[in-house]
Amino acid sequence: MKHLDEYRNQEGARHLADAIKRITTKPWSIMEVCGGQTHSIVKYGIDELLPPEITLLHGPGCPVCVTPLELIDKALQIAARPEVIFCSFGDMLRVPGSGGDLFSVKAEGADVRIVYSPLDAVKIARENPQREVVFFAVGFETTAPANAMAVFQAHAQKLLNFSVLVSHVLVPPAIEAILSASDNRTQAFLAAGHVCTVMGFEEYLPLAKKYQVPIVVTGFEPLDILHGILMCVEQLEHGRAEVENQYARSVQREGNRPAQELMAKVFRVVHRKWRGVGEIPRSGFGLRDEFAAFDAEKKFGLVDYRVDEDSECISGQVLRGVKKPQECPAFGKRCTPERPLGATMVSSEGACAAYYLYRRHTETSRVAEGARKGVGNA
Amino acid sequence: MCLAVPGKILTIVEGGASEELSRTGTVSFGGISKEASLAFVPEAKVGDYVLVHAGFAISIVDETEAQQTLEYFRQMGDLAELQDTQEMEKKA
Repeated sequence: MKHLDEYRNQEGARHLADAIKRITTKPWSIMEVCGGQTHSIVKYGIDELLPPEITLLHGPGCPVCVTPLELIDKALQIAARPEVIFCSFGDMLRVPGSGGDLFSVKAEGADVRIVYSPLDAVKIARENPQREVVFFAVGFETTAPANAMAVFQAHAQKLLNFSVLVSHVLVPPAIEAILSASDNRTQAFLAAGHVCTVMGFEEYLPLAKKYQVPIVVTGFEPLDILHGILMCVEQLEHGRAEVENQYARSVQREGNRPAQELMAKVFRVVHRKWRGVGEIPRSGFGLRDEFAAFDAEKKFGLVDYRVDEDSECISGQVLRGVKKPQECPAFGKRCTPERPLGATMVSSEGACAAYYLYRRHTETSRVAEGARKGVGNA
Repeated sequence: MCLAVPGKILTIVEGGASEELSRTGTVSFGGISKEASLAFVPEAKVGDYVLVHAGFAISIVDETEAQQTLEYFRQMGDLAELQDTQEMEKKA
């Protein structure tokens, strides 16, 4: 595939890591926002190529992880209804609600289907006029145009048996919530390349200025990530706090205008709860009133359903970069990807699941070593 | 979740006059072809590389920018070689 090999080149990675080492004189903590980048970092061992002064913190950018418990419960209730065909991206099926997950509801006979695109769910609605077809519309800004298009097309085709359970979240308010917390440790951000492909990066300029943090829009291949880290460290070492674009082959300053226009037609900005974090003001999308007929929460009378989250899980602190996965006493013991206690163990892009998959046999000693040195991981 | 995969546009099917948002195309991902919506990349042409997420092309990969980044990586390799040589000369 185009350029993938070049951006995974081992020698290139070594050169970038050496360049980072050469310019680093102080300890710095940098957060990658996106769960896809977290997965790449842990899978390819990118953090292990870095000098000990650089700590990577793993951010809240996994929509599967941050979808609040009550929304999962709503999905389970809707999916269990006999008239419903419940469609979802595959990674939502194992997310635990208060009682079971979508897989267990499916095992009990519910019609739960995995789709690749929300348009597949629209097609299912067209082909099954006697059934209610519900799509679980989760995601960050990257996924919002696709989900907006599904609602827009269902509206245009008058498919009133189609609706969406919306749990859309936005990156900039999450970054602001992290930066304004009193226990914040993050000094620079790798902004998520595909979110910015859709949204551009103008909305990050005031954040960089207000909180004096470098923000570098970064791609997903190992060399992209190392390059993004290098650009962050260059800024930190020179006392700059600017928004820069490492991922220029995909991201333009203004983003994708046609996608933004359709999103603005279908969605409006609303307050959203984040699993493990709590409510963040103006941090998500909900459907505009014109599309209320396609709102599954309204259609199935679940708007006022509320549920509190378990307190044992420390995913909120992991999602804000305050703690590392292996600092949790339940990590790898009572909490595993097969039986996750909370958000960050649920999806392969969650920090806890990535550490469990690639690091569970090595991290304990590294943490101990880090604590002795007084740097890095702990 | 925000995974987007680059692929090459093989064919384009324009939507009807009133359906500008129904533009679709066949995109090849290293040999595997799949249909994708091109509604958000109205200027995309056959042969362009696009990043596809959840069945939608969300950007056209900018070949010039891609080459510039790769060129930067190559220069970094040359720089490292130069430094290695200088260090070896010092030691010699």
